[in-house]
Amino acid sequence: MGFFEQIAVILQRYYPYFLDGVKNTLIIAAMSVVLGVVFGTLMAIMRMCRIKPLRWLAIAYIEFVRGTPLMVQLMFIFYGLPMVGIEFPDVSFIPNFSRFMAGIVAMSINSCAYVAEVIRSGIQSVDEGQMEAARSIGFKYGESMRLVILPQAVRNILPALGNEFVTVIKESSIVSVIGISDLMYGTNGVIALTYRSLPCLAIAAIMYFILTFISSRLIAKLEKRMKHGRA
Amino acid sequence: MEEHNIIKVEGLCKSFGDLQVLNDITTEFKEKQVVSIIGPSGGGKSTFLRCLNLLETPTSGSIIFRDVDLCAKGVDINVHRQKIGMVFQHFNLFNNMNVMKNLTVAPMRIKGMEQDEAEAKAMTFLKRMGLEDKVTSYPSQLSGGQKQRIAIVRSLMMEPDVMLFDEPTSALDPEMIGEVLDVIKQLAVEGMTMIIVTHEMRFAREVSNRILFLDGGRIDEDRSAAEFFDDPHSPRLISFLQKVL
Ligand SMILES: Nc1ncnc2c1ncn2[C@@H]1O[C@H](COP(=O)(O)OP(=O)(O)OP(=O)(O)O)[C@@H](O)[C@H]1O
Ligand SMILES: [Mg+2]
Repeated sequence: MGFFEQIAVILQRYYPYFLDGVKNTLIIAAMSVVLGVVFGTLMAIMRMCRIKPLRWLAIAYIEFVRGTPLMVQLMFIFYGLPMVGIEFPDVSFIPNFSRFMAGIVAMSINSCAYVAEVIRSGIQSVDEGQMEAARSIGFKYGESMRLVILPQAVRNILPALGNEFVTVIKESSIVSVIGISDLMYGTNGVIALTYRSLPCLAIAAIMYFILTFISSRLIAKLEKRMKHGRA
Repeated sequence: MEEHNIIKVEGLCKSFGDLQVLNDITTEFKEKQVVSIIGPSGGGKSTFLRCLNLLETPTSGSIIFRDVDLCAKGVDINVHRQKIGMVFQHFNLFNNMNVMKNLTVAPMRIKGMEQDEAEAKAMTFLKRMGLEDKVTSYPSQLSGGQKQRIAIVRSLMMEPDVMLFDEPTSALDPEMIGEVLDVIKQLAVEGMTMIIVTHEMRFAREVSNRILFLDGGRIDEDRSAAEFFDDPHSPRLISFLQKVL
């Protein structure tokens, strides 16, 4: 059997494994980015606030998370949290919920640091003169942020967040090592059943690529629409 | 004309780290006067101007705006800034708003002006400048001269007691300088109190009641416009004028 034939046969017989994996990968990536954005925003605010200890805390967090491997963070959360008494309950209707949550928590913690940097640099790339003009006319700091700075920063931030989503889709493949049934996990399962690793990996690669390709097309579209909304 | 002080500056010092930029400046600005500030690059002109509305916090000394010490504890600087217009070298129009929004956002949000009223007021200004066809334009669609004139109107919308200009024409193409200077001259005629940092010597002489020479963080000369150019005392001003004129 030729390579492509093998792919076709495997797909035909085992496609539910892959599709289930794609679904879980998307869930994990989406949840992680959403949580990452929520907490990353808070982290960015801390990173830029005037209270020094908060700022240091944020800087330490961001630098540490960005400076250590995701794999280590994932293991740390997966094995570490139960040790300090934090356990995610098992929910009957979502299989392996506790593993799933550990994966999402680890990915979010990781994403949060990157998102915080994206937001900070998005805000800081707005010309300083904008803030000065707003303040000089009598707007308070918060109003200046809300009315002038953030609307401009969002134009820089949203596309970068889209890229973050693409990155998380790819990086999330790592959660398979703690037994979360994502695309990579499903792929390994099919390999174990068929002993055909290359065709299975090719299928996984193509599926990841389709996911990231579609995502980045959508992001590019969004970006274009915002440009028409004017700089 | 009765002369009231609008801004009094007392013993103003400003340092950035080890660098002392303003060195014990004491002066005052009277109502309806136009004062220009001239001096070499790095002399502290912008810093001085930015101290007046506390965009820079003075290291010591006080800025007294209409009898209120702006540096005193408990002063809400935002309230006073509404009365101190500022025009920047790089215009700094709000890039995310069209011209109309640029002009109306502050009166509406800060003063609670009704939208109709704010827009009517903006239109009056725009018509006077011949810019009424730009209401819906965004800053990126305007020429430098147009941006700067809109920026001036943005300040005027708040009906300031005094206007600060930091090199309002330095970022403009030569052919656009005139249109901005004309607006400022018109304001002078109407009795607006103005403090103008500029490198336009002829304009300064024409429009100012008084000119300050700011060099090395000190006011080195403080004279009427004509005397400033025709009879300078300070040796540094004399050599500065020889270079630029
Ligand atoms: N935020 C700042 N931090 C550190 N140094 C500063 C800051 N702002 C200004 N300076 C320094 O203060 C000095 C005076 O600067 P300032 O901008 O007031 O000069 P200026 O007279 O306006 O010059 P120019 O004609 O070039 O605009 C310069 O040496 C400048 O480098
Ligand atoms: Mg300057």
